[in-house]
Amino acid sequence: MISDTLNTAGAIAKGMATTLKELFQPTITEDYPFEPPNFEGRFRGVHVLQRDANGLEKCVACFLCAAACPSNCIYIEATENTGDNRVSAGDRYAKVYNIDYNRCIFCGYCVEACPTDAITHGHDFEIASYETGTLVYRKEQLLAKEPQGAPAK
Amino acid sequence: MTEAETVYRPHPEDHTFLDSNEIVINMGPQHPSTHGVLRVVLRLDGEKIIGSECVIGYLHRGVEKIAENRTYVQFNPYVDRMDYAAAVSNSLGYCEAIEKIMSVVAPPRAQYVRVILTELNRIASHLLWLGTHALDIGALTPLFYCFREREEILKIFENYCGARLTTHSFRIGGLQYETYDGFEKQVNVFCDDFLHKVDEYETLLTGNRIWLQRTKGIGVISAEDCIQYGVTGPVLRGSGVKWDIRKAMPYCCYPDFEFDIPTGQNGDTFDRYIVRMEEMRQAVRIIKQAVAKIPDGPIMAKIPKVIKPPVGEIYHSIEAPKGELGYLVVSDNSTQPYRVRVRPPSFVNLSALDIMIRGHLVADVVAVIGTIDIVLGEVDR
Ligand code: SF4
Ligand code: SF4
Repeated sequence: MISDTLNTAGAIAKGMATTLKELFQPTITEDYPFEPPNFEGRFRGVHVLQRDANGLEKCVACFLCAAACPSNCIYIEATENTGDNRVSAGDRYAKVYNIDYNRCIFCGYCVEACPTDAITHGHDFEIASYETGTLVYRKEQLLAKEPQGAPAK
Repeated sequence: MTEAETVYRPHPEDHTFLDSNEIVINMGPQHPSTHGVLRVVLRLDGEKIIGSECVIGYLHRGVEKIAENRTYVQFNPYVDRMDYAAAVSNSLGYCEAIEKIMSVVAPPRAQYVRVILTELNRIASHLLWLGTHALDIGALTPLFYCFREREEILKIFENYCGARLTTHSFRIGGLQYETYDGFEKQVNVFCDDFLHKVDEYETLLTGNRIWLQRTKGIGVISAEDCIQYGVTGPVLRGSGVKWDIRKAMPYCCYPDFEFDIPTGQNGDTFDRYIVRMEEMRQAVRIIKQAVAKIPDGPIMAKIPKVIKPPVGEIYHSIEAPKGELGYLVVSDNSTQPYRVRVRPPSFVNLSALDIMIRGHLVADVVAVIGTIDIVLGEVDR
């Protein structure tokens, strides 16, 4: 009986000592949302459609990403580039490029499939919304910013 | 039979005193300690359980049916969503099954990286189990410590493949991503640190009187019952059966490593706890060996661009953190599987819940659900 009590007290003391020790360890939690969270380099977030050095869109509307996508969430409409309306470096460009984030599972297949490295994963992740309609992202929302000093079109 | 009859089917051998005060209560599907959307219909005599029935399907997404409408490659990310606490294991099982049916072998480097990540995932899954299981029983502290170490593992995953939970880290034929700079170092640092951390969890729990009283002799299942019900994983080993697919039917490059299979004797909640704690230590042992001799070379085998396995069917199983995870794949030589059937460990282990909780109190149901370590995403699929 007495040894039982002593054992219990000993076990509690040992547990408490562990807790006390941890009290003096450095903090490891992040202060999100007051501070931006830390992401590792390969983090797969909301996609970014890249531009090349001249500010032209890299996407040539080849539909490979849409074909690779397991959840069929990429919708593309292709149009020919013309002399006075040159949007991409190739023959065609994506007039409409939608990604439906209701369905996207961030698997990365589209990024792997793209022959021109046009579509990449960014680090944005705050896309929660009360309205599913706003989760269909258009090309304008996905495109990277035009580089500074790009030649005027 | 109507649904009500199936659920409240009386068990002829159980009678309450004068059949007067039998109560039927619902535990779940919205209950914090059923670890998801599991509904357990309990038949009680006072607080004593005289029968139970699990009602599942609240998380059913038809994963197996989805497989029939996707190509082999496209289905790969979906398997991560079954046991989301151990996505890497799911992926390993699926990729190896398809490789087996195509008669392809992943290159050695890919296999080593696979083992490292899978074992890390085993630790992560056990940590999640330990934290929540202890929390259910009333020990709040281990949760924070477990999640702290789990975070380290998830950082390695994020660094390696860009996602923390539904990692989608393996591809049919090998790996998509080469390891990043400092991968070996980060894994080694984690392993060295982690062994002390396991001791720390044990300090908090193993000798604790409340922990012992809540776990010793609770949810006892005999080895024969385990085998009859097809229970695998730590639950089976807790009952004293030395069965681990990594040793019994080796896959990947597990024969290259030395490790022990911990077993218990009594088949109670406490023994299963000890088995899982020891499994984490053994996982560290495997990881350290793998990191030490990780070979150079390609990470992807030569596989055709369009995967069309020959006609046939194959069953491949691996030792997931929760037990035997098997895939039966039937191919009709098209780009999409004819049928994919998953043998999920959680689902099979859950079938033994009834015999484990009979005669115990309501509070013990929580302990037993925790100790079986189910993930409802895998039970319902
Ligand atoms: S990340 Fe996957 S699901 Fe999302 S758009 Fe790309 S291929 Fe489709
Ligand atoms: S993003 Fe890439 S893969 Fe998709 S249509 Fe454009 S160029 Fe092709």
